[in-house]
Amino acid sequence: MNQARRTFLKGTAVAVAMLSGVLRVGRAFALEWNSAAFTAKKLDEALKSSGYANAAASDDIDIKVPEIAENGALVPVEASSSIPGTTSIAIFSDKNPNPMIAEFNFLNGAEPFISVRIKMAETAPVRIMVKAGGKVYTASRDVKVTAGGCGG
Amino acid sequence: MAMRMRATVDGDVATVKVLMQHDMETGLRKDKETGKFIPAHFINLVTATLNGTPVLEAQWGVGVAKNPFFEFKIKGAKAGDKIAVHAVDNLDAHFDGEVEIAAA
Repeated sequence: MNQARRTFLKGTAVAVAMLSGVLRVGRAFALEWNSAAFTAKKLDEALKSSGYANAAASDDIDIKVPEIAENGALVPVEASSSIPGTTSIAIFSDKNPNPMIAEFNFLNGAEPFISVRIKMAETAPVRIMVKAGGKVYTASRDVKVTAGGCGG
Repeated sequence: MAMRMRATVDGDVATVKVLMQHDMETGLRKDKETGKFIPAHFINLVTATLNGTPVLEAQWGVGVAKNPFFEFKIKGAKAGDKIAVHAVDNLDAHFDGEVEIAAA
């Protein structure tokens, strides 16, 4: 097989794979992955790109995290919101190489609650962001990390 | 990839626990032998349905721990209802799990 044909076939295969992937994702997922927010290296950029900038501090966000995490590769985080009309909870770790970790949208009866295990690069606040009634709210808890879980 | 799920209902609130097998590579780790970065490979979209109706939509970055575990709650669910979870990673691999809600 000559090089041009090989390149063409390779390109076609990629195009087909991408197209079918897009179609499948389009069918299964209403949401699109927010690349700008998740690849942002600074907290401010990540918050802005994900629509959580300028959040008001709130006492109605409950956060359960360990005070000390001996293994930054596995930090349990539990968050719930009692703010009326909560539609989303997002988790950020201020000093991770990519501070945005996850966002959960609650639909059709899902409670504004999430528990998930995250990675933390170093000691930092775990920042919980909430969207409710078109506004954004925040609360955070410090977690001391004794062995980071991102590089290696 | 294996996905293990458990769902129990207490009153009318179901608690769903999901455990997935996935490396969740950050792209920041170096291969000790070659010295090259191991490419990022992580689940980035997750949805859950209750009897086919969407209840949870999630976006994840590389900061979700390896072999992701998460737990969520649904009001208005009852024993026998079906919870399905669908996930996709950044290399377009798709993962599915389903469980019937058990009485607590």
